[in-house]
Amino acid sequence: MAMIAQVLISPLRHNKTGGSTVGQAQYGGRSVSEDDSKISDQTKQLLAVRDQRDKVAFAALFDYFAPRLKGVMMRSGCSSAQAEEVVQDVMLTVWRKASQFDPHRAQASAWIYQIGRNRHIDMLRKTNRPQPEELESMFEVEPDATQILALQQEAGQLKAAIQTLSHDQRDVIERAYLGELSHQEISTQTGLPLGTIKSRIRLGLERLRHELKGLR
Amino acid sequence: MNMSAIKHHIPDHLLAAYSAGNLSDAFALVVATHISMCSDCRASLEAHHMTGGIFLEDAPAQDISAGLKGDILAQLDNPFRPEPVHERRGIYPGPLNAALKAQDPIWKKLGMGVHQSILSADSEGSVRLLWIPAGQKVPDHGHNGLELTLVLQGSFSDETGFYGTGDLEIGDEDLEHTPTAGPDMPCICLAATDAPLRFKDFMPRLLQPLFRI
Repeated sequence: MAMIAQVLISPLRHNKTGGSTVGQAQYGGRSVSEDDSKISDQTKQLLAVRDQRDKVAFAALFDYFAPRLKGVMMRSGCSSAQAEEVVQDVMLTVWRKASQFDPHRAQASAWIYQIGRNRHIDMLRKTNRPQPEELESMFEVEPDATQILALQQEAGQLKAAIQTLSHDQRDVIERAYLGELSHQEISTQTGLPLGTIKSRIRLGLERLRHELKGLR
Repeated sequence: MNMSAIKHHIPDHLLAAYSAGNLSDAFALVVATHISMCSDCRASLEAHHMTGGIFLEDAPAQDISAGLKGDILAQLDNPFRPEPVHERRGIYPGPLNAALKAQDPIWKKLGMGVHQSILSADSEGSVRLLWIPAGQKVPDHGHNGLELTLVLQGSFSDETGFYGTGDLEIGDEDLEHTPTAGPDMPCICLAATDAPLRFKDFMPRLLQPLFRI
């Protein structure tokens, strides 16, 4: 991990207001702020895959996500062999599409979740599910540790909110996101904490507007 | 396009289902097309992905077969053909342009100056483009299931309100409406249903299967 973190940290920049200038630590001969060291391992690894085509980082992502992806696939009724077929496809897609990962707008787990759902469905239906247009040129932006951390904190808050749900509520929302409920079922389920993600949506929108403004 | 002009968005239960991959291709096309036009819904979708990602992180891990990781690592340098990326073409955002295979729609007359171009129709539902002359009223019709109508050009109004470019109308069993295209230009919409429409006086119901409306 140390090696991955090292190659990754240098391109991170900090914006003037939020970037940490205190608490700098020496790390592998480089100056590393506290912010950078708080970024999740998975996000750092995915950035290393994206920017350096780092196979060691990819192997680490595999170790973390492959067993979880397999768990999700088997939950939805796949055999072990089928699940591994999907896992293989998803992980290769992660490698091939890494250039589309934008850490300011998605956590590694969110990005891989979306690829996992798409690839699973596409393999079942043998079609390509319609995807939104990618926003152009957002990938040329240098990683901003402050923004990546802000996103990570929102995810932490969302995770904490989910953990306060009753077992039944949590079960329903989990089934919704693992593709086990139809849209009709989702709309009639009470207790789906869709409101919980509203604040995240608002912040995400501000971020997106800011980014789109930068493109014009 | 002034994105903030969009007033009618995708409801959360449809976005959550889209995020989880649990919408029919017809509805998924409308959702993906709207998101391509709407920052609000793109941000919402990203929030749904984040929620999904949290469940992925928490998913029960299953042991992976010994050889799988090595197999995958060995394939990383294999050449691969990137999926074609379809960009917006005229009024058709990327996913819709992909569904059109980057060709102009083939319009067929539906009566009263209205034209349609069916993109797909199967047992799960259908999705088509509608071209409505400026100022034209589309006959009063109801719905058996869910109908999503996304405005791509121009506008229409009905009993429920005004729908400009980028707006999405959600129709269900309770909606009986008479949409009227705005006066300035023809209204072009993308419409998906999971059931045949019920037109009151547009065309005898017997003929509906022939026209797949």
